[in-house]
Amino acid sequence: MYKRDKYTVVSNRALSAKTMLMVLEGDTQYIDCAGQFVNVAIEGKFLRRPISIFDYDEKSISLVYDVVGEGTKAMSQMEEGTVLDLLTGLGNGFSEDADCQHPALLGGGVGCAPLYNLAKKLLARGVKPVVILGFNSAADVVTQDMFLQLGVECYVATVDGSVGTKGFVTDVIREKGLECDYFYACGPMPMLRALCKSLEWPGEVSLDERMACGFGVCMCCSVETRSGAKRICKEGPVFSKEELIWK
Amino acid sequence: MSVVLSGVKLDNPVIPASGCFGYGYGMAEFYDINILGSISFKGTTREARYGNPLPRVAECSAGMINAVGLQNPGIDAVVAEELPKMRAVFRKPIVANISGFSIDEYVECCEKITKEEQVEIIELNVSCPNVHGGGMSFGTSPESVAEVVRAVKKVVTKPLYVKLTPNVTDIVAIAKAAEEAGADGICLINTMLGMRIDTRTRKPVIANKMGGFSGAAVFPVAVRMVYQVSKACKIPVIGCGGVESAADVIEMMMAGATAVEVGAANLRNPYACKEIIEALPAEMERLGIEKLTDIIGIV
Repeated sequence: MYKRDKYTVVSNRALSAKTMLMVLEGDTQYIDCAGQFVNVAIEGKFLRRPISIFDYDEKSISLVYDVVGEGTKAMSQMEEGTVLDLLTGLGNGFSEDADCQHPALLGGGVGCAPLYNLAKKLLARGVKPVVILGFNSAADVVTQDMFLQLGVECYVATVDGSVGTKGFVTDVIREKGLECDYFYACGPMPMLRALCKSLEWPGEVSLDERMACGFGVCMCCSVETRSGAKRICKEGPVFSKEELIWK
Repeated sequence: MSVVLSGVKLDNPVIPASGCFGYGYGMAEFYDINILGSISFKGTTREARYGNPLPRVAECSAGMINAVGLQNPGIDAVVAEELPKMRAVFRKPIVANISGFSIDEYVECCEKITKEEQVEIIELNVSCPNVHGGGMSFGTSPESVAEVVRAVKKVVTKPLYVKLTPNVTDIVAIAKAAEEAGADGICLINTMLGMRIDTRTRKPVIANKMGGFSGAAVFPVAVRMVYQVSKACKIPVIGCGGVESAADVIEMMMAGATAVEVGAANLRNPYACKEIIEALPAEMERLGIEKLTDIIGIV
């Protein structure tokens, strides 16, 4: 089920020059798994902005988002007490109960966001994931500290090598000789393509696309899969590695 | 609040526009959709279509551009799967929106859909390109509109409405051609052709480069065209384009619309149609309107 409701900003702070963490208070009963998203109405903007849920509990939602355009810029300037109109309960998230003992959580840039709540859910059922986050440069690195605080291994790769392993998340897997039995990934399409093509482990990835409605009626975010056209907002955003077609 | 479209009685004039409400049942997760006057379902073609590459949508001031490209499961799957799911949650008259790339395709789809229970109105989307006519949209010439209407009219048993594109020089000539060819009503406007460019990447925002502009920004254009067409034609007009409020519904009806479609507003606010219907009585009272039928084309 979906829910449209009012949510109050309780904090909104920069994690880096372009990435923000916003915490909202309100009804979260329709959020049912890690990897779902909210669609945020922004005054003066026609379309809502779909943003991954970083974390949630009974009364609050945390969003980690990049400031990329006018909509997210407006979000970044919102102060504590601002009331926002959100749609919640959107999307099919990660399979928290996937058959695995040692999964890899692979995030590219702001794609680290939906992996945080997933890591918590996995830990809660006794599965200890290894987290690998990729960024362009040291200045872009966000959330590594938060993953470490959960008590999981968390490695970083940067394209320019300014911190962590030089290269991509796949270079960390190679360098550390990580042996996992499953992977969950979220990040830019070239990264997801590379992971799905190169990793032998079974896994699932969360796709990101421009959306209009976010609840499955406009068909603006459909992707062709092995079982026909699927809506990223409705059947996705998470799809199994096998389901996706990489051209 | 009830209105009548070619003998089809609607409890109120509010109809979610095609492409902005799917086949209805998905929206039933938000509210009881039986509050609606009707639903115009997602544009349906003969074959299943995936549509255009992504991205398909762009933000605009007071609106949006989409280039979905008529993604739909095809007429047979709509009849076999979508309509039963729709009828399971929706008990009001259904407007069947049909698209085609050739006259044969329109005829074949309409022949199938006209037999369906609860489909009370067929809405022909003539904005798609005619593959036999050099790719030019059927809706941009009076002759091709008349030709498709005449052909479809022979096979349908339900009122036939033609949804017109505003991307023409003389909307009245096209509406009159549809009327003379036997159309039972006109629906307008479809989206206006638009484009956005990402100045950072120096590329169009939408993969298809251009798309249909809709939303509040097009409302004055829609009101103008509804006014012109309803004055020139005797058949009823469904007004569509940028409607977001009960006040907009009343304005559209004063311009000459018998019923009103709500499109893009649903995508930002899934409760848009419900809120409009619930606000109508108070708006009518404020403006001293006893029955909505009293104000149709009053201007």
